[in-house]
Amino acid sequence: MNKWLNPRSAFGITLIAVALLALPFVAAMGGQAWVRILNFAILYVFLALGLNIVVGFAGLLDLGYIAFYAVGAYTYALLASPHFGLHWPFWVILPIGAVVACFFGVILGSPTLKLRGDYLAIVTLGFGEIVRIFMNNLNAPINITNGAQGITLIDPVAIGDFKFSNTSQILGISLSGPQKYYYLLLALVILVIIINLRLQNSRVGRAWQAIREDEIAAKAVGIDTRNLKLLAFAMGASFGGVAGGVFSAMQGFVSPESFSLIESIMILAMVVLGGMGHIPGVILGAVLLSILPEALRYGVGPIQMAIFGKMLVDPESLRMLIFGLALVLVMRFKPAGLWPSPERKRELQDAGARNG
Amino acid sequence: MAELLLQANNVAKHFGGVKALRDVSLSIRQGEIYGLIGPNGAGKTTFFNCLTGLYIPDGGGFVFNGKPLLADAPHQAAERGIARTFQNIRLFANMTALENVMVGRHVRTNAGVLGAMLQSKATRAEEAAIRQRAMDLLHYVRIESRADDLAKNLSYGDQRRLEIARALATEPKLLCLDEPAAGMNHTETEELRELIDGIRQDGTTILLIEHDVKLVMGLCDRVAVLDYGALVIEDVPAVVQKDQRVIEAYLGA
Repeated sequence: MNKWLNPRSAFGITLIAVALLALPFVAAMGGQAWVRILNFAILYVFLALGLNIVVGFAGLLDLGYIAFYAVGAYTYALLASPHFGLHWPFWVILPIGAVVACFFGVILGSPTLKLRGDYLAIVTLGFGEIVRIFMNNLNAPINITNGAQGITLIDPVAIGDFKFSNTSQILGISLSGPQKYYYLLLALVILVIIINLRLQNSRVGRAWQAIREDEIAAKAVGIDTRNLKLLAFAMGASFGGVAGGVFSAMQGFVSPESFSLIESIMILAMVVLGGMGHIPGVILGAVLLSILPEALRYGVGPIQMAIFGKMLVDPESLRMLIFGLALVLVMRFKPAGLWPSPERKRELQDAGARNG
Repeated sequence: MAELLLQANNVAKHFGGVKALRDVSLSIRQGEIYGLIGPNGAGKTTFFNCLTGLYIPDGGGFVFNGKPLLADAPHQAAERGIARTFQNIRLFANMTALENVMVGRHVRTNAGVLGAMLQSKATRAEEAAIRQRAMDLLHYVRIESRADDLAKNLSYGDQRRLEIARALATEPKLLCLDEPAAGMNHTETEELRELIDGIRQDGTTILLIEHDVKLVMGLCDRVAVLDYGALVIEDVPAVVQKDQRVIEAYLGA
């Protein structure tokens, strides 16, 4: 704990804290849309850190992670909307969402964890699709999810009469809805980061790493690999469930469309691109990959107009083209991710030296 | 006579048509160094894998410390007190030497997710104890100076030692070593002999698979010979060495 007390790191932490607190006001200068983009960036950090437990720590390739996010989102939507006429408070629903997602994690995990690598990836991919298709079709014979129309008018997060959806005055400062959600998300994500860090350096974290390194050796020293993999799945799923709940409340609307395969792939890309298993790297990956496409959305059009005087390429396609190219380049020149853990960096360097 | 620690009763294992083990029965006594030798492909490692739960025997079974051993649960074998090393070293290559041994403590400790999240007093105390014990074990096998190096960067001999330290971290009653001297030079083998002898002196029973006949005969209290998956003889080294069947098995005469 002493390292927090030395003046230099204390100064650094204060600086980061001030920057994070001021950020929504800076972003608001460019419009509330930018605050929303920030909020989604934090939500993706949340999701990426959850997936990092499964992929980064335990080494299980999960291509259906978004399913748990969907389960959490729908749990929130069903328990806090006119759809069933239920309006439970968010601090009751978020834990329920975590538990329900965790339950689904175990359901997916228990039959599949004998598989590894590619095989596990395919099964999880299928699972993700099954959940989405269920959400799409569970409107008959009993209307549970309202099908493709989704669920609307979901309650915002509220503490008593203090609602997170509208603008309000606190100590003379005007806070918009998205700005309030920003602080809520920030608090949640800091909690998740702390949990991640503590897990990584624990008995359980070491066991996960051992399984990732050599499953047979892990068994031989007495690690119950099945249960620990299941635990990784369940933990990752519950983080996804909580993130889904916040998403639901923030948007006020959920539909199956939000939980397509590309979302799973994006979150996985954040983990891999940032630096698998390395928490600061995963955060960086999530922030970059969620903000970059948005920045391109706003930037590509005007830049073309400035240079060529007319739109040569449809901004929407160009945006994805540049985004894809950026991913390829990062993986080509930084195969361990943008900010890998020191060990992983060495691992890849050694492999490179042997092959080259 | 010392008490029996492990009894193998008619253990059989086949892969397709190949009979890797044919009704092997042997017994290991508390506190001895027991050698298991035989030509390549005789079934020594298969026997190890059945014992440590990596393979499920097709027939027979083991009684360990008075109770039958479950066939298909490797982590339970470790919990009961059977630890092993591997013929082709299997370390957690990208973890440090210290972390490798700390993983070995897993089965004797019990901090869970909640403890880790809350960093409770008990969890922190256990974590400190794990670290201390792991350091002591690295010291015991004399590679404490490499504690913070990645396992894969250790020399071959040190990797063998690290694997033994990791196995010892599980507090085994029976330590199974699969060709620990393979690829070692004379000095290293000599040091290994001292290490194994020391582990026995400290009260751990040892089952040793080894090709180096000289090492086995010098170190072991009793030796079993496998050939084509069947037990040829089980006796003290002096008797085994003179046995006509053993000589034939090894010379192929």
